[in-house]
Amino acid sequence: MVNLASLWQYLALQAPLHSAMSTDALNLTQLGLTAYTLPALPYAYDALEPHISAQIMELHHSKHHQAYVTNLNAALQAHVTAVAAGDVAAQIALQQTIKFNGGGHINHSLFWKNLAPPGSKETRPEAAVGLVKAIEATWGSLEEFKRAFGASLLGIQGSGWGWLVKEGGNGGGLRIVTTKDQDPVVGGDVPVFGVDMWEHAYYLQYLNGKAAYVENIWKVINWATAGERFGGVVEEKNEL
Amino acid sequence: MSSTLFRTVPALRGAIRAPAARTAAAALASTSFVRGKATLPALSYDYGALEPYISGKIMELHHTKHHQTYVNGLNSALETIAEAESKGDFTKAASVAPLLNFHGGGHINHTLFWENLAPASRDGGGEPGGALKTAIDSDFGSFDSFCKQMNTALAGIQGSGWAWLVKDKSAGTLGLVTRANQDPVTGPYVPLMGIDAWEHAYYLQYENRKVEYFDAIWNVINWKTVAERYSKA
Repeated sequence: MVNLASLWQYLALQAPLHSAMSTDALNLTQLGLTAYTLPALPYAYDALEPHISAQIMELHHSKHHQAYVTNLNAALQAHVTAVAAGDVAAQIALQQTIKFNGGGHINHSLFWKNLAPPGSKETRPEAAVGLVKAIEATWGSLEEFKRAFGASLLGIQGSGWGWLVKEGGNGGGLRIVTTKDQDPVVGGDVPVFGVDMWEHAYYLQYLNGKAAYVENIWKVINWATAGERFGGVVEEKNEL
Repeated sequence: MSSTLFRTVPALRGAIRAPAARTAAAALASTSFVRGKATLPALSYDYGALEPYISGKIMELHHTKHHQTYVNGLNSALETIAEAESKGDFTKAASVAPLLNFHGGGHINHTLFWENLAPASRDGGGEPGGALKTAIDSDFGSFDSFCKQMNTALAGIQGSGWAWLVKDKSAGTLGLVTRANQDPVTGPYVPLMGIDAWEHAYYLQYENRKVEYFDAIWNVINWKTVAERYSKA
């Protein structure tokens, strides 16, 4: 996810960099590296009502997601500076900040795209025939899967996410996983869709009634996107 | 410790100890157990009493819904453990450990939290005095510096959690610790004052602006309670 390949190339070509720039912060874009940006939502803030309120969506996207993007870029810039300075301790100290904010950016980017306005054709499981077949083969029925997925979501202690993932490797099966805080699904497993279980994702509308949020989320799951991810049509890195 | 905490914590401890004391009898008794249950402690102030710093709606939901859920979850976990133990199913008993930690921690943390808050018109806000002030000055430089360090710790929590002013029993010094989710403060640390950094503690009023909540809460910290805890730590 954090692509430093071009940085290594840059450093290899810039022998004086270490001494010349070791005390100055490096700018990501000047180095030709990606500075991440907040992706636009594929629908309006109020498009998921009544299941997720416009107020939640606007805060969630324009404030929470933006903060992850801003802090990810700041951490990556500090990391680039630490690499250039040969300061491995500083690089290590930044790892958790990169994971948290990078995870926040990945998770929310996936989340927005795996949601769709209620009643739209994308929210019908028929939009993902192959995926639904695989779900039925794994859990017995779509309803049984939803029950298991909901139970996993409600079992999260603290902030976190629930994911349907396709395990890495040939013939990888489907699996429900939960990740804490903003830990992303990385390392080969493909996130098919995710549900944000941080309180900021539902509290203004559902208060402590998170079971109702979990029940209603099915009305806005974008099965078309889920099916494409399951089928390998889109890859996570191309969605960011 | 103030009266509310004293009322609940022994009940909790009694409930945890009960199965061990009851092991011999369990062979004779059926699956009905008599023991202490954790209960939701009453607040010593009204839900609206911490306004404008913490809204009455937040306080009511936080106490009657969130804290109550931890109390219920704790009692349920203890019941499961007691039943599993009575059947000699220690694998089952051990499997409940995360729930016991989460709900037991949630009950302990919130009980401590309610008590280290007070309306600004009564004991809330201001600065500590006496031995506690001396210790804070000594271990954090100044009260102002302590507040800044606590706010930095709170803002740095990634996800849900708490920050605590603690006394380190082994070192004899004060310190700051953060805990994830509902992990309680244990080990050499005695919790003196805690601030809840879960989103449910502030979101209805402050939304994503959690730094404003961390700034505001100093107006309702009950230093009298904190000093009492310190004197007994």
